[in-house]
Amino acid sequence: MKYAILVYETEQDLANREMHMPAYNAYSQALADAGVMVGGAALHPSHTGTTIRLQNGQRNVQDGPYADTKEQLGGFFLIDVSDLDVALDWAARCPAASNCAVEVRPLL
Amino acid sequence: MDARRAAELAVRNSYSRLVAYLAAQTRDVAAAEDALGDAFLIALKTWTEIGVPKNPEAWLLVTARHRWIDTARRTQVQDKILNTLKLNELASQPEASFDGVNIPDERLKLLFICAHPAIDPAIHTPLMLQTVLGLNAAQIASVFLVAPATMSQRLVRAKTKIRDAGIAFELPEAAELPTRLAAVLEAIYAAYTNAWETIDGGDPRHQGLAEEAIWLVRLCIQLMPQAPEARGLLALMLYCEARREARRGQGAYIPLLQQNTQLWSQPMINEAERELAQAATFKQLGRFQLEAAIQSIHAQRAVTQQVNWEALALLYEGLIQLSPTLGAFVSQAAAIAKAKGLDQGLARLDALPIEPIKNYQPYWALKADLLKQLGRKSEAQQAYSRAIGLTEGFAIREFLLDQSSRLDE
Repeated sequence: MKYAILVYETEQDLANREMHMPAYNAYSQALADAGVMVGGAALHPSHTGTTIRLQNGQRNVQDGPYADTKEQLGGFFLIDVSDLDVALDWAARCPAASNCAVEVRPLL
Repeated sequence: MDARRAAELAVRNSYSRLVAYLAAQTRDVAAAEDALGDAFLIALKTWTEIGVPKNPEAWLLVTARHRWIDTARRTQVQDKILNTLKLNELASQPEASFDGVNIPDERLKLLFICAHPAIDPAIHTPLMLQTVLGLNAAQIASVFLVAPATMSQRLVRAKTKIRDAGIAFELPEAAELPTRLAAVLEAIYAAYTNAWETIDGGDPRHQGLAEEAIWLVRLCIQLMPQAPEARGLLALMLYCEARREARRGQGAYIPLLQQNTQLWSQPMINEAERELAQAATFKQLGRFQLEAAIQSIHAQRAVTQQVNWEALALLYEGLIQLSPTLGAFVSQAAAIAKAKGLDQGLARLDALPIEPIKNYQPYWALKADLLKQLGRKSEAQQAYSRAIGLTEGFAIREFLLDQSSRLDE
């Protein structure tokens, strides 16, 4: 089963990304060494996002994220493991789990 | 005391007794819990109006029985159970018995049911936490890092199996007792180690299920005073518990050997020593007594200021014979590194098969430390990185990051 580990970060974490890099590098390496890593990426902060809607044929383009929340999606890991229990074990090791939160979702 | 508080206290003190008693008569753990849950709600409402009865526990039991019988009548699918209840003259208990019900203690049977060999070992501890302690599925799911809906399903499935497979609410026969008791203690220990591992940076007093696990093993001892391994397990948990305050300093992880022994709880250590000595009088050595003996050696540092590593290495050797867990192998390697030299400790680690240790954080953390002390920096760096990537919990991750950043000093 493939799962996405969605990494949520606080403003403060995003501002201190440099500081968290060694932990994330180690985490991502551990996923790779375990043979469960399928992919993933880190995202720029949500204010760099651009949101597009087509409403009644009209283009509506806005600066900023679709949902403006205090904690934002900072990136994701895609993993391939046997079941949700194992996915949760890996998610708990993600540095964001102790700093903010991670969400685990199965891929379609 | 107000009604709500009285009800809460009655339930906490007698929850397991009541569930065990009702379940033992019907084998239906889930229905027993439901009936008791209903009775609790009725108690809260009624006691606010008419006051707390003289014997709240008996009141809850009688009410639970009535609720159960009502439900059974309504659904008409539980004829067999209803018959059982009738046979036991439960259906016609007069109200007067609110004061005079004598409830036999069936909790030991309940503990053995929860850790029955026919039940998936992974669900033993959750089942015990729910039926004996009354924790809900969501609380248990958090502790075991499982989705709440999944945990709830697993608990339901296990209880259905107990009911449908007709697993008997009986004490194991003498011949079976050691294995069956081992499963019960194993399940209790799992609750404890879980609590131990999940304590994190911010709050060293975060108890997890430590108190619950200690309560459960005390219950075992109370119900089976002749079981040395139960005492061994209590001693083991008390030795570990005694160090709680010393495990973090301003949120930062402090390794065992650097802990300030002044912060260890001496009363808890003393109680652990007494339990271990008592266990030894039965002359049946077991895994938990050995593990407790290992912690006892660490505890002696508070007095002697040093650790007897040779003794530790020997005890681990014995532990591995009885219970060859990954944790025991890694801890033995650590003791050997201290007693006989870093190389020998590292050799022990390197001799372990790769598959089980691949994602085992303590292995990589120890390996990194030994390599660092041997001056093998780049290998140490890799091992640290692996350990950091496998670490759950802020304080230990920070500690390892700090250690790895000091490699070049």
